[in-house]
Amino acid sequence: MTDAIMTTAALPLPNATTPLLAVEHLTMRFGGLVAVNDVSFAAANRQITAVIGPNGAGKTTLFNCLTGFYSPTIGRLTLRHPDGKTFLLEQMPGYRISQKASVARTFQNIRLFGGMSVLENLMVAQHNKLQNASGFTIAGLLGLPSYRKAEQQAVDLARYWLSRVRLLDYADWQAGNLPYGAQRRLEIARAMCTEPVLLCLDEPAAGLNPRESGELADLLTFIRDEHGIGVLLIEHDMSVVMSISDHVVVLDYGRKIADGTPHEVKNDPAVIRAYLGEEEDEELPPEVAKDLEGKGV
Amino acid sequence: MEYFLQQLINGLTLGAIYGLIAIGYTMVYGIIGMINFAHGEIYMIGAFIAVITFLVLGTVGITWVPLMLLVVLIMAMLFTAVYGWTIERIAYRPLRNSPRLAPLISAIGMSIFLQNYVQLLQGARVKPLPPVVPGGFSLMERADGFVVQISYLQLTIILLTVALMYGFTQIIQRTELGRAQRACEQDKTMAGLLGVNVDRTISLTFVMGAALAAVAGVMVTLYYGVIDFYIGFLAGVKAFTAAVLGGIGSLPGAMLGGLFIGLIEAFWSAYFTIEYKDVATFSILVLVLIFRPSGLLGRPEIEKV
Amino acid sequence: MTAISESAAGRALPWPSMLRESGLAAFVALLLTVPLVGFRTVDRPTGLGISTRFDEVLAAAALVFIGRLGLCLVNEGRALLVMVLSILALAVSAFVGFPTEALKVIAMGGAFVISLRAAMKINGDAAITLAAVYVALFLGPWLQLGGGVTLWLVAKSVIAAAALAVAVWRGLHAWRKHGAPVSLADRDKAMDRIAVKVQQASRFLGPVGIAFALIFPFLPIADRVSIDIGILLLTYIMLGWGLNIVVGLAGLLDLGYVAFYAVGAYSYALLATYFGWGFWICLPLAGVLAALSGVLLGFPVLRLRGDYFAIVTLGFGEIIRVILINWYQFTGGPNGISGIPRPSFFGLAEFNRNPTGGLPSFHEMFGLEFSSLHRIIFLYYLILALALVVNLFTLRVRKLPMGRAWEALREDDIACSSLGINRTNMKLGAFAIAAMFGGFAGSFFATRQGFISPESFTFIESAIILAIVVLGGMGSQVGVVVATFIVIGLPEMFRELEQYRMVAFGMGMVLIMLWRPRGLLAHRDPTIRLQGYGGGGTPAAGTAAAGGEAIAGGRAK
Repeated sequence: MTDAIMTTAALPLPNATTPLLAVEHLTMRFGGLVAVNDVSFAAANRQITAVIGPNGAGKTTLFNCLTGFYSPTIGRLTLRHPDGKTFLLEQMPGYRISQKASVARTFQNIRLFGGMSVLENLMVAQHNKLQNASGFTIAGLLGLPSYRKAEQQAVDLARYWLSRVRLLDYADWQAGNLPYGAQRRLEIARAMCTEPVLLCLDEPAAGLNPRESGELADLLTFIRDEHGIGVLLIEHDMSVVMSISDHVVVLDYGRKIADGTPHEVKNDPAVIRAYLGEEEDEELPPEVAKDLEGKGV
Repeated sequence: MEYFLQQLINGLTLGAIYGLIAIGYTMVYGIIGMINFAHGEIYMIGAFIAVITFLVLGTVGITWVPLMLLVVLIMAMLFTAVYGWTIERIAYRPLRNSPRLAPLISAIGMSIFLQNYVQLLQGARVKPLPPVVPGGFSLMERADGFVVQISYLQLTIILLTVALMYGFTQIIQRTELGRAQRACEQDKTMAGLLGVNVDRTISLTFVMGAALAAVAGVMVTLYYGVIDFYIGFLAGVKAFTAAVLGGIGSLPGAMLGGLFIGLIEAFWSAYFTIEYKDVATFSILVLVLIFRPSGLLGRPEIEKV
Repeated sequence: MTAISESAAGRALPWPSMLRESGLAAFVALLLTVPLVGFRTVDRPTGLGISTRFDEVLAAAALVFIGRLGLCLVNEGRALLVMVLSILALAVSAFVGFPTEALKVIAMGGAFVISLRAAMKINGDAAITLAAVYVALFLGPWLQLGGGVTLWLVAKSVIAAAALAVAVWRGLHAWRKHGAPVSLADRDKAMDRIAVKVQQASRFLGPVGIAFALIFPFLPIADRVSIDIGILLLTYIMLGWGLNIVVGLAGLLDLGYVAFYAVGAYSYALLATYFGWGFWICLPLAGVLAALSGVLLGFPVLRLRGDYFAIVTLGFGEIIRVILINWYQFTGGPNGISGIPRPSFFGLAEFNRNPTGGLPSFHEMFGLEFSSLHRIIFLYYLILALALVVNLFTLRVRKLPMGRAWEALREDDIACSSLGINRTNMKLGAFAIAAMFGGFAGSFFATRQGFISPESFTFIESAIILAIVVLGGMGSQVGVVVATFIVIGLPEMFRELEQYRMVAFGMGMVLIMLWRPRGLLAHRDPTIRLQGYGGGGTPAAGTAAAGGEAIAGGRAK
């Protein structure tokens, strides 16, 4: 497994295998509750790393630490860009993590700008770039050509991602009026418009039907392969996780219990015990599985 | 030391009054999550009803002080409660599922309406009332003749507040209504599904808050002996400050916050300048909200992501 | 129309429950009115006395009983009957004597509302017809044919004529087609459609309006009074547009906007009276000072959540007022500052007959007869220009990253943070800019009045500006104009009912919120469009292939 990376105190020079993100001894306490307990793992560039675990295992808390909504009680979160720039995420205020460290995220309960149009959502995602181009609004107010050009490029990028997530026809719709699946896709497009090096997705397949889940898997593979960025994925839909992940981290009760390739994790006895139960009903939480057994199903 | 003690007594009295108003804010905020901007005016109406009842009692010849006080308290609580009920029914209930700002604007409108309604009917002049409960105990005397006094009125106010606080805590903790209120505070939809009459519970919350504000109105009428139609605004903001200071949604917090505000005002007026006592209160509000938004007794809130 | 009454006629009316409901309402009315209406405190030489007015209490309870009964009947399907009766009641109460003027107003208002409710139950066209007839009756020039031709009279006649036309047109509709009753949701949707239409129309109505505002002082109907009202309206329009940036765009409920208005006014007044600086130097300085005070306040409190933020801004407004009252040496205390210099003609000339400051006089400079109207017209154009600056700024900034970030913050500020938007800076920007515009308006106010005191900067002023923004529909620029005419213009009409003004204002705020919680003209157009999409879901041909070159036209107009 990847224990070697996790215990390395000094990170090696960047190369193809250097981790994009190193999470070291992350602990997050809320009063007496330990939501994440001494979790360490790494996520590599050009790979999809899935974080799985039963409800309440601490996955979303982990994400919130990563993206600056919580500041961890203990631990180090190192992000290393492919060009070698390094960021200590736990020390950065929330918005900087997206602005400077280029980490983008989506939310478990979709957080779009519901009253704004689809295209506007994607324009807001390019705020920092455009804000600079607009000379902190002054050049923009005067309508200087430099800003016009930047805006044009921003629309280009938005158009590209809209066509990728098949929402081009809905560009001028109010985002809140889109069907659920489309909102999920739009949120991913919005995150990608920030041009991240690490994309964190919090249960992107929740509420999608099997066809939509399949499309999502294709989209994530595309993002990984064509855009060469790292993807960190929290997901309950095992068909998605097992088919596209390069690397799976399993949490249970805030602790990491397994870490490896989908195949390794699948066969890890600790994981089976804690989470998957029998191989046939892999998506059932243990208590439900037990319940079913009791009824002789 | 003697001077300090005197200010302590004055501050506690004032604080009791603010605390009673603050409970109305805190209960309403707890249950429907809105600032009942018109609550200060409810208190003002309570004070006016108190003055009017005193005058009526005087005309019919009832002058035995304990009976007067009792009648005035009951009348003020009763009629003011009807105002509280009506305001909720007319101005807030239809807006319960509207955008966040709508009920607040409606409340501001209600507040402006009530202020001017009372001004129109009762006139803009201040309403003086002769002292009803004179006299008091002398606690101690300083060498230069400064006497620390606690008047009977102050004693009445503090004791009455303690009694009301006890009673209301019992209601919230022990009765069916209190349980319904706490349930609605957590989740209105679910409470409704489980058979709690949500509308009625919210109405009763307004009624209780208004009744307590009326008591505060009666007290302030007796204490200062003069009221006008504008007293609701400032008292309302200060009581809201008290509610926030104590931790909004918390009943003991509101009382504690009220006492704090009362004491700060009394000591500020005594040792600094009386003109800027309102500035002091507002500054405290700002400081509390910045450094401890959950207040003294409130539970801290984690930003839900 | 007939269909409704026919179908309902068969059913017996549930009199007991209707009477019980009405009786209950009347009882509540009795409880509400007994203490405050029934007993009035009167000042007597011997102290406070009391007088009784039980006739008013009984009349009020009776009115509530009748009104409630009417509404019950409407709900039972007797809409036509109730409509006719309530129109009759309205007509009768207009000519019959009541114990007091207030009761008369209540009776007429009640009959008015009930007749409209009944008409809505019949069908939408009937309701519109009735409303239009009321508007025409109310605004028509019938009452004051004697006086001279004022702008006011012209405007009223035009509106009345338009309303009559609508009434006839819609009335025919209502008569011919038996439309369905209008539910609350229908009504809201209808208002939405109107909002969209107004938004679209504002593209050409805007320039027409501005053109009218530009030539207005030279029209024969413009006199001193109407130009003064114009200045008043424009001041509030400017303040409304300024506050709209904070409340409408950034979604921050600011209850203390008047504080910045005060900072602007006092900055100008103090700078001008202490240092003798001119208006044109002080105007930008006042704006900067107001913006600074906005930043100073905003910095600590902007991360507070909605309601807390509102209360803190209210507190800040009060702090400023208390300081203004108590800092006698500096601000003149409650007496305020008088003798504030009037503005010069861009520092080139003065509007006095015999200027003392060394500048030439305006009328000599342009070879005109001296007229005190010159200065008023100049002030009118000054506030018009200032207001247009605010409007132009808002229209443009909405299409810039900062404006979009404001709206995004209003929608979901956590998502904004996840997209790398510095929430504090953005909110601070909105706050400071709105404060700056408030400061401009404040110094205009000071120079126009020549006298300011803390009286002008009470909470009620903040509430009025906020009411304009919310009533108009948050974020809507046209809405602010319409709402200003309603909130400031209407009370000007009812000068004779001076004492009921604020009562009606407060009640009006409540009623409009109940009627349309999102504001009259709440509608939002996207700030940018991908070319070729009208907002529908039908895919237009060739869009996928349109590629990058189509973007040039993609920006919304």
